[in-house]
Amino acid sequence: MKVELEADKCVASGQCVVAAMDVFDQDDEGIAILLEETPAPELLDDVREAVAVCPAAAIRLVER
Amino acid sequence: MADTLAGPVPEVPDSVPEFPMPRSGRCPFDPPPGLKDLQEETPLTKVRLWDGSEPWLVTRYAEQRAILGDSRVSADTDKPGYPTKASPAGGEGKLSFIMMDDPEHARLRRMVTAPFAIKRVEALRPAVQRIVDDLIDDMLAGPQPVDLVEAFALPIPSLVICELLGVPYDDHAFFQDNTKTMVHRDATPEQRGRASREVAMYLAGVIGQRLAEPKDDLLSSIAGRIEAGEIDHQQATEMALLLLIAGHETTANMIALGTLALLRNPGQLALLRETDDPRLVSSAVEELLRYLHITHLGRRRAVTEDIEIAGQVIKAGEGVIMVNEIGNRDPGVFPDPDRLDITRDARRHVAFGFGNHQCLGQPLARMELQVVYGTLYRRIPTLKLAGALEDVRFKEDAFIYGVHELPVAW
Repeated sequence: MKVELEADKCVASGQCVVAAMDVFDQDDEGIAILLEETPAPELLDDVREAVAVCPAAAIRLVER
Repeated sequence: MADTLAGPVPEVPDSVPEFPMPRSGRCPFDPPPGLKDLQEETPLTKVRLWDGSEPWLVTRYAEQRAILGDSRVSADTDKPGYPTKASPAGGEGKLSFIMMDDPEHARLRRMVTAPFAIKRVEALRPAVQRIVDDLIDDMLAGPQPVDLVEAFALPIPSLVICELLGVPYDDHAFFQDNTKTMVHRDATPEQRGRASREVAMYLAGVIGQRLAEPKDDLLSSIAGRIEAGEIDHQQATEMALLLLIAGHETTANMIALGTLALLRNPGQLALLRETDDPRLVSSAVEELLRYLHITHLGRRRAVTEDIEIAGQVIKAGEGVIMVNEIGNRDPGVFPDPDRLDITRDARRHVAFGFGNHQCLGQPLARMELQVVYGTLYRRIPTLKLAGALEDVRFKEDAFIYGVHELPVAW
C-alpha cells in the first residue's frame, strides 16, 4: 500500500502526526511531511486513522 | 364548533422548526432533544433563524464532514445566504482569517500555524503543568468553596496563551482582567467592547516592540510578517486578538464543564483519576470533547455553487448549518452516543470542526486539557460540587456552552 499526501491542501492541523507519528511529520510551518511512502503493514491502521481525521482530506492510502 | 367556524382562520401550523432549539432540563450535557429527533428523521432539513431566514440544518456526521470539506461553501459572513447568529452587536464579528475563504484565509492562517505544530506544543507541556499545579496549590491553600471557573478554568488558557504569544509575565494581571471581562456573564456589551479594545491596543503595542526587538515568540513572528510586507500592523493585531479570543473561553469552558460531567459520572472519574496511562487521559479528553461539544449553534456556511448532498440539491445563495454537537452523537459513528465513556475511541469527533477552518489551536487545547484532566482529580481526589446541580447555571444562549460558575469543595 502507498501513502499519498497532497501538501498543498494541508491546513497544519497536525492530526496525521498524532495518528501516525512514524509516517508523518510537520515542517516549520506545521505543514505535513510524508516520512514513509510505503509503511510497514503494522502501521497501516494508524495511516487509516490519519486518512480519516485529516480535515483537508489530503491523505490517501492506495494499492500500489 | 359553530363559533370556531365564525372566528378568525387558525394559522397553519409551522412545519419549519426554529433554530436554535432549547436544551432539555433533564441532562445539561445533551444537545437539544429537537436535534436528535431531526437527526433520526432526515440528514437535511430547513430551519428558521432569528431573522426569518431559512438555511439548511445538517444533522448527520457524514454529511457534515462532506459539506465542511467542500470548496463550494464559504465562511464569509457577507456572502448571500450566510446564516448569521443573533447577537447584541449584530452578528459575529469578522475577525482576521476565521471568516475568510481561501486563498486569503490560507495565506494568513499559515503565518500563525508554526507554534501549534505537535512538537512545539509538546515542548510547552512542562510550562502548562507548572501553571496548573500552581493554581491547584493556590486553591488548596485558600478557602472553600471556591469557584473553579474563576480560580482555575479561566486563568489557565489565559496564562498559556500569554506564554505562546510572548506577553510578559508582569502584564499577565492586566491581560487576565481584560480577558475575563470579555467573557464575563455580567459584562455589558460596552464593557466587553472596551476590554477587547484595551487588549487589542496592548497587543498592537507589544507587536510594535517586537518589530524593534524580536524575541522567540509568536508576536515576534507576526511582527516579522509586517517587516516582510506580507501584512500590515492592523491585520497583525487582529490575528493576535483572534488567537487570544479563540483559545480562551473554549478551553476554560471545557475545563469547568468537563469537571462537572466527570463529577456527575463518578465511575468515569474514578477510572481517570486512578490511571497511570497517559493514553487513557488522552482518550478521556477526546471523549469529553465529543460528548460536551461546547461550540454549539453550528458551523455556518454560505453555499456558492449548487451542491448535491443526501439526494438533495442545496443551491448557491442558500445557507447551511452543520450542528456538529449532534453529529458527535451520531449512533452510526459512535455507538450508544449519549453515554460518556472515556474508554471508547472518540478520535474522529468533530468538536473542532472539519475542513480548512478546523480549529488551528486544537493541539494546544488538547494538551492543556490532558494536563488539566490528568492532574486536577489526582491532586484533589475528594473534589465535589458544592451545592446542588439544580443551582448550577449554564451558558445556554452564549456562543460557547459551559457553566457560569462551578462552586467546588473537597
